[in-house]
Amino acid sequence: MKKILIKNGRVIDPANNLDKITDCLIENGKIARIENNLTLSQGEVIDASGKIVMPGVVDMHVHLREPGREDKETVLSGTRAAVKGGVTSVLAMPNTQPAIDTAQNVRILKDVIKKDALCNVFMTGAITKARLGKELTDMASLKKEGIIAISDDGSSVDDDAIMAAALKEAKKNGLLTICHSEDKNLSVKGVVNLSFTSTRLGLRGISNESEYKRIERDIGLAESVDASIHIAHVSTKESVNLIAQAKKKGLKVTCETAPHYFSLSEEDVLDYDTNKKMNPPLRSEEDSKAVKEALINGVIDVIASDHAPHTENEKEIEFDRAEFGVIGLETILAVSITELLKEGLLDWPTLVEKLSLAPARILGINKGTLSVKSEADVIVVSPLDEWLVEEEGIVSKSKNCAFINRKLRGVVECTICGGVIVFNKNQKL
Amino acid sequence: MVWNRKDLLGLEELSKEEIEFILSTAESFKEVSTREIKKVPALRGKTVVNLFYEPSTRTRVSFEVAAKRLSADVINIATETSSVKKGETLIDTGTNIQALNADIIVMRHNYSGAAAMLARSLKISVINAGDGWHEHPTQALLDIFTLKEKLGAINGLKVGIVGDIAHSRVARSNIWGLTKLGAKVTVCAPKLLIPAGIEQMDVRVSHNIDEVIKEADAINVLRMQFERDEGAAFPAQLEYYKQFGVTEERLSKGKKDIIVMHPGPINRGIEMSSGVADGANSVILEQVTNGIAVRMAVLFLAAQARDKDEKNTD
Repeated sequence: MKKILIKNGRVIDPANNLDKITDCLIENGKIARIENNLTLSQGEVIDASGKIVMPGVVDMHVHLREPGREDKETVLSGTRAAVKGGVTSVLAMPNTQPAIDTAQNVRILKDVIKKDALCNVFMTGAITKARLGKELTDMASLKKEGIIAISDDGSSVDDDAIMAAALKEAKKNGLLTICHSEDKNLSVKGVVNLSFTSTRLGLRGISNESEYKRIERDIGLAESVDASIHIAHVSTKESVNLIAQAKKKGLKVTCETAPHYFSLSEEDVLDYDTNKKMNPPLRSEEDSKAVKEALINGVIDVIASDHAPHTENEKEIEFDRAEFGVIGLETILAVSITELLKEGLLDWPTLVEKLSLAPARILGINKGTLSVKSEADVIVVSPLDEWLVEEEGIVSKSKNCAFINRKLRGVVECTICGGVIVFNKNQKL
Repeated sequence: MVWNRKDLLGLEELSKEEIEFILSTAESFKEVSTREIKKVPALRGKTVVNLFYEPSTRTRVSFEVAAKRLSADVINIATETSSVKKGETLIDTGTNIQALNADIIVMRHNYSGAAAMLARSLKISVINAGDGWHEHPTQALLDIFTLKEKLGAINGLKVGIVGDIAHSRVARSNIWGLTKLGAKVTVCAPKLLIPAGIEQMDVRVSHNIDEVIKEADAINVLRMQFERDEGAAFPAQLEYYKQFGVTEERLSKGKKDIIVMHPGPINRGIEMSSGVADGANSVILEQVTNGIAVRMAVLFLAAQARDKDEKNTD
């Protein structure tokens, strides 16, 4: 394995309170030294002058679609998109076909990952069999095969007793429960935010209530059994308030939001663009502001993409019939840089924390840091360079990106995963 | 005014001037239908395709008559959406029609936004003949045309729109059009049938039909579409009639010359009594007649814009 020396970059590593211009040496796949004036006689030297050197993004909400829907995405195509976007670790969601609900299915996924993945892929198991919300999976055996969290993402476990039992079982097995908090009795057949926007478009609305009422329940259940929960894709101001209260109380609650919830709002759907149809939906300007605010004050711990690829056939149709979800691995970092660093809403170290360190800590994985001797998952980013998101440039198998034709700031120059350069902007993969 | 829009998708995107221009164009076409030979050659050699994904007789026939009085060739395609689900996508259907060198697609669709999607994908004109709960621009234009004909001007008029506002494309298009032209609009329905944030369309909300009738210069009574109920809570038919049905008794307490409109088809005894539907204040059949003139104007302007477009790109 060749040595890599990254010279003169602004090295940001919140885990070690590090933010300075220095050099970073990678040896045997690990971070060897971070010091000034390092030299290398043999190996690759990367000039990072004027660039950011940071731990790779840990995206804890990704749908790789394999096994079962390889027409939308595969482990190979999804991780190719990841490394292009500066992501070196992903947490794969279990709503595949079949769902990751048995040891056998975990093994199937594990084999594909071993064979095809271009970056670290961590696995989530289902909470209930076939994600039907009825019968708990055998979490102990799923964990034995390597899953690190459980979720029925895409659905919420409606039955309170079953959810409480799941939280207990997860706790017993040392697994984090990730909640897709949505009361489908309240969101019914909605497709956009319930507001004047849904009225204007003549589409069924999804209320804020359908999200925050379920978050309230999930927090209550977690409290009653003293379990840890992580709330996925937070999109409303009420949700933010509930989570802030729970944290204040000292409950073990963490949460994430996705870039589209702080960079777009319901007004962006007024042209019926199905690439802006996702669940939860793009909310009001006020909600989007509250989400941003929560990132700043720390109520929201993590930015995750909720990368949800869908084929053209499932998207280029009537708005009501189109699938929910947008891709995000290739834009998570750039949208965050563009939206959150401007006007100094966040500083660089905090942004790196939300994207890398915080998700790694929540998941209990040794990632998101440049500590000496840790696996070298490092990215080099040009912080000021701009690029236009174009459909042609997307490497994910699906092109359902909400940011097409948007100019973003922040270009990933190079992605190193486990000490190997897995993406270089100037070279074809 | 020079008309540059190849499509008519809704009244939300039109300016006051554009709406007035369509109405004045319609005025000049109205006379054609009174001639002995009810035809002008304005659209000779053009092909209009009526693409209807939802059963509709009156709108489809009205467009067909309008196109024929302009000498266009008309093709009607009626498709049940259920079969489309298994087969061709809307965009594929549209591009196929375009490949036939048709000039205008008039589309009725049960999904909101379908017309916008089709228009984006095609070079030929798309006229929205109703999409889901979103808009039905030609219906609103003919309603406004009729009001203008009856009362002279729209500015300052008090218009009540009564019925299932939440699920009505007719209501939305009327509100956009009327408010742009300066009318004061009140929507009147049970709470459940008032959609979120409707006040932002610059309308007043009332749950009291008598109060609305008392003030109004005109009321537009929507068809209650109990058959479209998809799990949404609807009031019982009889209960609705008692509380919101327009009856002679209720109407007698309003202005003497109050105009009563209805987009049809009427559910007699549900949203209005037979006496009102056939009474002196009703302009329901005039609406049907005016629909032809308005649709002639819309087809004519769309074709004109397209011709210009083609010349520019040549």
